[in-house]
Amino acid sequence: MKVYVPRDAAAKALGADDVAAAFAAAGAEVVRNGTRGMIWLEPLVEVERDGQRIGYGAVTVDDIPAIMDGSAESLGVVEEIPFYAKQNRLTFQRCGVIDPLSLADYEAHGGLTGLRNALAMSAEDITTHVTESGLRGRGGAGFPTGIKWNTVRLAEAPQKYIVCNADEGDSGTFADRMIMEGDPFCLIEGMVIAGLGVGATKGYIYLRSEYPDAIEVMNEALVIARENNLLGRVLHSPREFDIEVRVGAGAYVCGEETSLLNSLEGKRGVVRAKPPLPALEGFLGRPTVVNNVISLATVPVIFEKGAAHYASFGLGRSKGTMPIQIAGNVKHGGLFETAFGMPLGELVNDIAGGTATGRPVKAVQVGGPLGAYFAPEKFDTPFAYEPFDGAGGLIGHAGVVVFDDSADMLGMARFAMEFCAIESCGKCTPCRIGSVRGVETLDRIAEGDATAIPLLVDLCETMKDGSLCALGGFTPYPVMSALEQFPEEFAGVKEAAE
Amino acid sequence: MSASPAPHDPSEISEIIQRNMHLEGPLLPILHDVQAAFGYVPDAARAPIAEALNITEAELHGVISFYHDFRRKPAGARVLKICRAEACQAMGANEMSEALLAKLGLGWNETAPDGGLTVEPIYCLGLCACGPAAMIDGKVKGRVTAEALAAEVAR
Repeated sequence: MKVYVPRDAAAKALGADDVAAAFAAAGAEVVRNGTRGMIWLEPLVEVERDGQRIGYGAVTVDDIPAIMDGSAESLGVVEEIPFYAKQNRLTFQRCGVIDPLSLADYEAHGGLTGLRNALAMSAEDITTHVTESGLRGRGGAGFPTGIKWNTVRLAEAPQKYIVCNADEGDSGTFADRMIMEGDPFCLIEGMVIAGLGVGATKGYIYLRSEYPDAIEVMNEALVIARENNLLGRVLHSPREFDIEVRVGAGAYVCGEETSLLNSLEGKRGVVRAKPPLPALEGFLGRPTVVNNVISLATVPVIFEKGAAHYASFGLGRSKGTMPIQIAGNVKHGGLFETAFGMPLGELVNDIAGGTATGRPVKAVQVGGPLGAYFAPEKFDTPFAYEPFDGAGGLIGHAGVVVFDDSADMLGMARFAMEFCAIESCGKCTPCRIGSVRGVETLDRIAEGDATAIPLLVDLCETMKDGSLCALGGFTPYPVMSALEQFPEEFAGVKEAAE
Repeated sequence: MSASPAPHDPSEISEIIQRNMHLEGPLLPILHDVQAAFGYVPDAARAPIAEALNITEAELHGVISFYHDFRRKPAGARVLKICRAEACQAMGANEMSEALLAKLGLGWNETAPDGGLTVEPIYCLGLCACGPAAMIDGKVKGRVTAEALAAEVAR
């Protein structure tokens, strides 16, 4: 009897290791797959019967005898569960399906097709293909990936690098972790193609220390990739590429690309002023592609199915699909990959099924701790770069965190400033000092001092315009969006109105 | 990880340095390895690291103190990290942590007097769809309650 028990950290956090051990002890053949992304059902155990994978949700050790004799109530065929069936899985096509550390499994499910296609192309054609796919940086900034690659390709240097930003520190995001734990060869393949496209022979994955499971899987996958000539001499061609994992040390700001490069070099993770762009002077002063995990992990499918196929999904200039992470106080939390353009409200109410507590949704924070809060009045905003920008927010790394009506919005605004104060690298004044003063100003407002509100607005303007990077520059998003949409919770306003 | 400082064997420190020197940007890997060996970064490791990398001790101190992970003294025998980020807050992480810290008689970043436990905040474990989340000695836990965590650390 073949049984799939996820080894994903979220499944482990809900008891998957004990379940897997108990299945093995009962004589089942256990495959530790990645997660299908339906986190509310984890550990989601799948049993192979007549060539189909039948799912069992939130399995405990006590459920095992009934699952094995077929008397337990199942969720049916996993691919037919509505949350899963409604998705367009391109980047995550294999995640949860395969054994993450089986290269044979990876190839049997479309893996390495993209790399083989890329190996037959010139570097210029590779970068052009990425540009034509419309892929934009999935880490948050949304910069066109093909243009970045082309800049590095055209730069002259004795050594170039591909750096994968795996410092996924935004609350509400876990897509990077999921793909690294569930389909690590996909990221490796994407990085190799990037190397071929720009002429780099060395890659680094800067992986945050908060993800011990992802570090373990990635390192094991790199060993297997080297043994099988996915790395080294790439698929026995004359081209060389190798990858190393580097572990961060608990600094949120290192998700900012220039801080990350300093950290990789062994320095304090302070931001660098741009220019020079990392594409021209990046790691050790050499031309460097810095891309997010999901950007790089999306590259193989673009080369497997073609740029036009990928670009046929999406809305306007937001092309392709986005793995949206639905989290917080939500009934059906998890990863939902879909073409850009689905209205926010549909994601929250229909896909996620509203709040876990059953209370009304009060606000949704999109884009991590630096993202704006969206009240239900804005739920018709289509999930894509430009529409979110137009609605005063950002999609960032596509984390959607749902709050019910018990949320304290002034408290959340204060937390955003406090987080910025804790995590500021200290290089620029608006972020380093502004965030500390922001906490104080919000405390004055909480005490009923209405005169502090214009001060807070002014401070946010200064942080937005004067900060060197997104940490200080975007902290005003959660703060101002909370103030604008929930003015009654900012006591000073209430008193001023009375 | 032990509560009592491990002896700082100078040869072990220099072995760790040498093992990493071929890397491009070896400092963070060295600091991680030193901390893995001793449970913290002993002051005695600073001079040899600074010398090997040709940086000042002030510069090295700047790096060590910049990152939340590096410790100047050993942590408790067990380390409990509790997520304080927004997604976990949406599921009551603030109330949960307050109740737990009161139960344990500890504050954030404090170690119990007997050296048995250190409690630290962490900002996101990527378990945002099954919060509140925590990590005990490197093992992740989802949908935690104050009672369950208290029982877990008492074991």
